[in-house]
Amino acid sequence: MSRKPISLRTELPLLIWLVIVWGALWRDFSPGNLLFGALIALVVARIFYLPPVELSGRFNVLRAVPFALVFLAKVVAASFQVIFLAVVKGPKVVNAVVEVPLRSHSDLMVTATGHVLSLIPGSLVVEVDRSTSTLYIHGLDIRDEADAAGLRKEVQDTEAGLIRIMGTKAELAALEAETAPPRAATKGETP
Amino acid sequence: MTPDAGGVDAVIDALTAVFLVLGALMSLTATIGLLRFPDLMSRMHAATKPQVLGLFLLLVAIGLQMRQWWVWPVLVVAWIFQLLTVPVSAHMVGRAGYRTKHLHPELLSVDELEAVVRRSANDPGEPGSAVELDNVLGLGETGDGALRGTAGQNLDDRGDGRGDQGESKG
Repeated sequence: MSRKPISLRTELPLLIWLVIVWGALWRDFSPGNLLFGALIALVVARIFYLPPVELSGRFNVLRAVPFALVFLAKVVAASFQVIFLAVVKGPKVVNAVVEVPLRSHSDLMVTATGHVLSLIPGSLVVEVDRSTSTLYIHGLDIRDEADAAGLRKEVQDTEAGLIRIMGTKAELAALEAETAPPRAATKGETP
Repeated sequence: MTPDAGGVDAVIDALTAVFLVLGALMSLTATIGLLRFPDLMSRMHAATKPQVLGLFLLLVAIGLQMRQWWVWPVLVVAWIFQLLTVPVSAHMVGRAGYRTKHLHPELLSVDELEAVVRRSANDPGEPGSAVELDNVLGLGETGDGALRGTAGQNLDDRGDGRGDQGESKG
């Protein structure tokens, strides 16, 4: 199996993550321990190679923080929605399986979108068609076509948010072109 | 100890108590959802969402009580791994449940996956295969080996890679 070589720079965020996990597990963030952790991270990443995670090379912190806060709020809302539905509707709840095509074809983006969707209110990924980058979402309490349209919009908004945070430049440009109103192009992204 | 510090202690204790009770309530909710919801996939909603929040609240309570800075990275890592693994397990169970038809079609207002599965099941074989017979007779529960087999091949290409990743992560 041949593997496209990845530069250390694109791999760096993942290696740093491994070192943080190492430090957290040892509860020791002293330089010596971190250095040893970095060594192990490098060896692990070189020897046990999985299909490479292709990071896009950009990460917008200004957009990531509000996204994370909204996400946390949605996790809370999801729990209370489940409480409400479980108590009030229970066995009579009506659901739907909805097909939503995504914009991005990157594995990482599809996975991230699927993860976020599974944790926010009312959606769960049932099936992924990787070739067309289509998610099949199981929506809780989707009674009619209007609700289903809302769910589709929610999915695509979630993906748009993630693209703005860490999509590739090409994906971002496509998104801007799609969402920009007919007037002049919107202001440039903060990198 | 100054009275001021005592006040802070009381506040932290109170917060911890609130978080612990709320976290436990979330787990209770998950159980209620499992009992009340009609089919597997809506139960997966109940099994994932409140429990993630419940664990978050319990971890915060632990962090507040331990009062050691080094405990926070462990707690954060624990919660992040929860965020990463819970959707995967819910997806795997939901996906298997859909394929083995552990669902109530009459409770689905829209089902856009069914047509896809049927099309991919019918494509390779001749029309009028076991699949259509199943649909006509409503024998979804039995004899759907053909459906699962072909649909699986078609939609499953990426299943292996992701499955491997999931395993090695866990």
